[in-house]
Amino acid sequence: MAEAAVAQPAWVLLAYLVAGVCFILALRGLSGPETSRRGNRTGMIGMAIAVVTTLIVHFPGTGSPPSPGTSEPSIFLVDTTTVVEIIAAILIGGGIGLVTARKIQMTAMPQLVAAFHSLVGMAAVLVGAAAYLNPVAFGIAVRVTPFASPSFISIFPQSRIEMGLGVAIGAITFSGSVIAFLKLNGNMSGKPILLPLRHFINLGTIVAILALVAYFTQDQSPWVFFTVMGLSFAIGFLLIIPIGGADMPVVISMLNSYSGWAAAAMGFTLHNSAMIITGALVGSSGAILSYIMCRAMNRSFISVIAGGFGAVSSAGDAAAIDRPYKRGSAEDAAFLMKQADQVIIVPGYGMAVSQAQHALKEMADKLKAEGVRVKYAIHPVAGRMPGHMNVLLAEANVPYDEVFELEDINNEFAQTDVAFVIGANDVTNPAAKTDKSSPIYGMPVLDVEKARTVLFIKRSMGGVGYAGVDNELFYRDNTMMLLADAKKMTEEIVKALG
Amino acid sequence: MDFISILSIFVLACFVGYYVVWSVTPALHTPLMSVTNAISSVIVVGALIAAAAAGSASSKWLGLVAVALASVNIFGGFAVTARMLAMYKKRERKDV
Repeated sequence: MAEAAVAQPAWVLLAYLVAGVCFILALRGLSGPETSRRGNRTGMIGMAIAVVTTLIVHFPGTGSPPSPGTSEPSIFLVDTTTVVEIIAAILIGGGIGLVTARKIQMTAMPQLVAAFHSLVGMAAVLVGAAAYLNPVAFGIAVRVTPFASPSFISIFPQSRIEMGLGVAIGAITFSGSVIAFLKLNGNMSGKPILLPLRHFINLGTIVAILALVAYFTQDQSPWVFFTVMGLSFAIGFLLIIPIGGADMPVVISMLNSYSGWAAAAMGFTLHNSAMIITGALVGSSGAILSYIMCRAMNRSFISVIAGGFGAVSSAGDAAAIDRPYKRGSAEDAAFLMKQADQVIIVPGYGMAVSQAQHALKEMADKLKAEGVRVKYAIHPVAGRMPGHMNVLLAEANVPYDEVFELEDINNEFAQTDVAFVIGANDVTNPAAKTDKSSPIYGMPVLDVEKARTVLFIKRSMGGVGYAGVDNELFYRDNTMMLLADAKKMTEEIVKALG
Repeated sequence: MDFISILSIFVLACFVGYYVVWSVTPALHTPLMSVTNAISSVIVVGALIAAAAAGSASSKWLGLVAVALASVNIFGGFAVTARMLAMYKKRERKDV
């Protein structure tokens, strides 16, 4: 009976399968920039197939027949108002999405992705709630008529679990992404916020959610459903507030993964293969990105999620900051780079903050005109999300075949005349290789100190990197500090290059 | 579809996802996030069902709001991905 209630014509099942395959091809296309644009279009086609199929099945004239397992009549009625309302909802949402996508600055991409994640989460919660309130429409309930008592609608226990988990994951995705958005957008301090007993509170909340989802199979009353939802919103919030700004690449990837699992859970509820395939793809994608980010920081996923990293300010290191260092001017930098055979540029979050990518490209062009080879070295966790630096460089028209990943370029620093560090810090710290007591010990870093000269742009000598550790690189003989805003300094160097 | 068929699709799709995502070049990790964002909005299917169904006014309105939210993501996600991907260019080969 459970199966009969959700029976769909074969062509519908096939259409959803095709949509799922389109989504797989969309991701497959991203294996290289040349194929990626076609991949993206395939994704759009997949989405169109899924939406149109749903509309045809549930709309006027072709509406689904009365569910055989129940005595309910078809509840998808020919109704012009509904059609208009749905079109209006798509147009409003689509319009907002298109305008945002066109206007957004590339440096704001991490915030945008966090905001988009929150929308997926919220949509999952709303769909879950709608399914709970009108389960017959989703084919996940039967009318039960016990002897001598009024009949009522009972949701299948299995659907209750799927629905409960879907709503819980969706709610966590929503509130977690909102906090991530506020932190990335600067509306909320990027510093970790640590509540007392937070591990205890978080674990307790998670256990309570799981217990309630289990209890939901026995009792489908609203209080159970809405308590699960409320607790999940709370835990999403609690999980993200103790995590600091530079750990955001992991957080964003993790929330990406959650939005996928939420879609998959709803797919189980609706028996929809397009949703399940997509959910699994997105879920694994986010999980793999989280893993890559954690590995690039040499930290365990648990330690990132537990939060609090970099919370201890390094006031005690004040003594170290008085060490002597060499300071240079834009002219010195221009002179050194002009003489070089090869310059490797190491961008970091600071470049994004000061929007220096266009000036940087101009500088690279000037150098290339002088016969200097210019390459870019990207650390996986540079910036606030995976691939952040690559997008900014692409925006500035830097050809992607000049941009290299850490493992592909690291042994080239030894044969390089100038390493130009702009807005990166911890990812260049040699202490990660030598100092066992350093919090970043073991993290793979770019070997910039092996270059003949290191030019290091930094706003002032006062600040330390995210990990709160001093960078030994500043005080080395072959390092020249360029103390200024990244964009201003780069522009001055461009001027000095003539 | 019975639960086992659905579970099979899910498990196999997880493996497909694992191998496909590892083959994504790190330079395209940001577009990967934005496009996964767009496709996970396939949840709009559920929203449309809720919005089209009679029987519960509140369910219908929740569905309509979900349709709007998911649409922001679908249109915005694909558009911003296309915008990013258009920026990735190769070096012009005149200098080699």
